[in-house]
Amino acid sequence: MTSSIRLKTKTSNGVTTVRAIIRHPMETGFRIDSDTSELVPTHHINNVTVKHNGSVVMSCDWSRAVSKNPYLSFMFKGGNAGDKLELAWRDNKNNTDSVETLIV
Amino acid sequence: MLRRDTLKYLASGSIVLLSGLLKPITALAKWNDDAFSAVDYDEAIAAYFSNQEIKESDQITIGVHSVVENGAVVPVKIKTDLPNIESITIFVDKNPNPLIANFDLFPSCVGFISTRIKIQQSSNIIATVKSDGKIFSTRKFIEVHEGGCG
Repeated sequence: MTSSIRLKTKTSNGVTTVRAIIRHPMETGFRIDSDTSELVPTHHINNVTVKHNGSVVMSCDWSRAVSKNPYLSFMFKGGNAGDKLELAWRDNKNNTDSVETLIV
Repeated sequence: MLRRDTLKYLASGSIVLLSGLLKPITALAKWNDDAFSAVDYDEAIAAYFSNQEIKESDQITIGVHSVVENGAVVPVKIKTDLPNIESITIFVDKNPNPLIANFDLFPSCVGFISTRIKIQQSSNIIATVKSDGKIFSTRKFIEVHEGGCG
């Protein structure tokens, strides 16, 4: 199965820009399923954590109001080409996924 | 009987011990349920920052279009030049739950975050930044033509 996460980095002048897209429905609990006419239960990512060489650089808590297939970008200093970068998410049903990449 | 009582005592004791051990773990996760489930903006702010003082700041910029066709996908960029940033938090005052997302930035991070959020109706987007232990905020009103919470 392919990963739910696409993770990319770009480093210039000592600053690494991290960009990620996560495939996730991010259901608010307000949407009505057109087939069953019933409300689709809330289903959303509530935490995303990014580690650089094993230590956390960014951790975020999300409500259901982050858009479907969430996009996230942030920047940090001290990343070098070849360093490990890991992104992991967890949702309100305790599903998880993570991916590891090398900084470029 | 004595043995049974002893066992009971031991069992209750171990539950206390276990709950004591579990506390720090949940504290680490620090999901603030009161703030995330608040339905009113003032309530959400008060629950999230435990009534700490919030100062307006012109050193935070919210990059977002002022008129949005589709509230389901609103790109938002928050930038700040404030020093020693610990976190950036996004609120939308008219959303069903005004607290949208919190980003904890560790010391190596630059004061920048970019994401996409849902906005139900025309609202203020409020970005707060925790810098040097103090909380600063700025807001921007945006007009939404089609709500994005359905």
